[in-house]
Amino acid sequence: MADHPRQPVPTDAADSIRAETPLQEAWRIFRKDQLAVAGLLVLGLLVVLAAAGKLLTDWQVVFDPATVRLPDKFLPPLSRVSVTIIPAADHPVGGVYLLGTDELGRDVFARMLQGAFVSLSIGAIAVGISVSIGIVLGGVAGFYGTLKLGGVSVDTLIMRFTDIMLCFPTFFLILTVVALLPPSIYNIMIVIGLTSWMTTARFVRAEFLALREQDFVVAAHALGVPERRIIFRHMVPNAVAPVFVSATIGVAGAILTESALSFLGFGVQPPDATWGNILASGRGFIFDAPWLFFIPGLAIFVVVLAFNLVGEGLREALNPRLRTR
Amino acid sequence: MWTFLLRAVLQRLALLVVISVLAFSIVHLAPGEPSEVDPSNPRMKPEDVARIRAAFHLDEPLYAQYAYWLRDLATGELKSFKDSQPVLPKIWRRFLNSLPLFVCATLIVWSLSFPTGIQAAMRRGSAFDRGSTFVAYALISIPGFFLSYLVIQWVVDVFNVPVIGLRTFGMEDAQPAFRWMDRLWHLVVPSFMSALAGIAILSRYVRSQMLEVARQDYVRTARAKGLAEDDVMYRHALRNALLPFVTMFGFLLPGLIGGSVIFEQIFAWPGLGRLGYEAILARDFPVILTLNFMAAGLTLAGTFVSDLLYAVADPRIRLQ
Repeated sequence: MADHPRQPVPTDAADSIRAETPLQEAWRIFRKDQLAVAGLLVLGLLVVLAAAGKLLTDWQVVFDPATVRLPDKFLPPLSRVSVTIIPAADHPVGGVYLLGTDELGRDVFARMLQGAFVSLSIGAIAVGISVSIGIVLGGVAGFYGTLKLGGVSVDTLIMRFTDIMLCFPTFFLILTVVALLPPSIYNIMIVIGLTSWMTTARFVRAEFLALREQDFVVAAHALGVPERRIIFRHMVPNAVAPVFVSATIGVAGAILTESALSFLGFGVQPPDATWGNILASGRGFIFDAPWLFFIPGLAIFVVVLAFNLVGEGLREALNPRLRTR
Repeated sequence: MWTFLLRAVLQRLALLVVISVLAFSIVHLAPGEPSEVDPSNPRMKPEDVARIRAAFHLDEPLYAQYAYWLRDLATGELKSFKDSQPVLPKIWRRFLNSLPLFVCATLIVWSLSFPTGIQAAMRRGSAFDRGSTFVAYALISIPGFFLSYLVIQWVVDVFNVPVIGLRTFGMEDAQPAFRWMDRLWHLVVPSFMSALAGIAILSRYVRSQMLEVARQDYVRTARAKGLAEDDVMYRHALRNALLPFVTMFGFLLPGLIGGSVIFEQIFAWPGLGRLGYEAILARDFPVILTLNFMAAGLTLAGTFVSDLLYAVADPRIRLQ
């Protein structure tokens, strides 16, 4: 294991940076990548927006995404409410539709706010599911791999199952299952999560196989540390770096998958708004009301791009081979 | 060598059996049957539903249905639930439509991403490198149908030509040359659009491979003995960087079925992906199952081919 990347690399710079914790070191490398930092800012803004969206459209309705005002349909962004026709209770905040209205006169700004929370939680929960499955299966395969179950090792069993799952065309499988199940936002999260854990499992298994032979794990065994503690306190923290990267990129993928499902008519069903289904329903009005198409499209683009850039920045920052550069 | 081949084939056949069982159970255990596609139709009486279920063997236990499916698939007798057409010829016709799209998209991906990736790696940190990196990320971050709609609108506005479908409606009686031109033109936009994400991913991969290889000792040796930079890069580094891509040829095949649903839907292209989508809408189990099964089979065949190609291309690998 002489060339294992996690061992400290002796260089001239090593003395000057020894005082840093690994986290500080990763942040120092991450900060150099301007695109990744910009992405991180966008994501911070998105989280604030999503929280505000949940707060202001659901718990304390300030921006009402569901009010239908037929006289005010297809108004471009920044147009004013028709004061004489619309009852005062249905007026948007300040009497202005910030991002215009859709084909039913609903406030697009309110719908985008609501959708920010829904889209983000679809991505987060789907990735949470896939990462949990990946860590458990990969960890078991890597740690208890040599155990035999009726003539076949646990490792073989789990990895063959992973191979089988990799054989299915992912999007077609998701589409099949989502279309056959009753339409529900939870089904979409679960199905995306259940069909995307394979790479995580492979990463974690590879890391565990390498870590199992490392001195600190052997030492922990020798000290009689319980296995559960070895796995969760000593091995998992050392194995999560690649998982972290693939999780960040996975959120981006899940948001795109949801919008693709919406395009085919199997996404989150109305009246729940996601950026994907606002975009999918806006495509019918690309000539008459372009803002219904461009606003959600650009929003998805910017957010997914931010997730991808942050993921790439993390990959660089957490890659030990690049550390001392 | 022969034992390796035999073992690899047997292993994959075993996997294929498990896959068929899994695909079958996913489709059949999910709620919703073909007999329930139109539940609000008042003319569907309970006895009609029972008749349909009997005709499709849906009233029999699952293992019997599985056996029926395998038997019909093997004998080529498998019929679609939707229109009672034989499934295999149906898939074959759609396959012939998908094939040109798939071949063009693949050619575009491979011929654009290699020069881009190599250039980006050779001029690491340059404006070209950073620009192509950003464009690559932009391309994988934009929803495919959003970009496609913009491009369609632009192409129609600027060139004033139709882009949807296999051919222009009403061209059936034109001269053969015109018909071919028409079909070729209809291929251009869809194949470019479905290639974009592939270009982005593959060019990034080429770049990181080149950078990986450029660190190796033999590249330093080649430089040290005074070879020109182009010789070092194209003769020594590139050849070794290409090795992993040999195996990727094997993974191309499954993209024929899975990767095309969205784009075939956007461009009204009557190919395999769209067939799958229509089958899903109609709960047409035989078609869904057969497509999933074939895609999995193609993936397995792909990994097999890529193992063989790797052994042929890399003399360090010995099959055992």
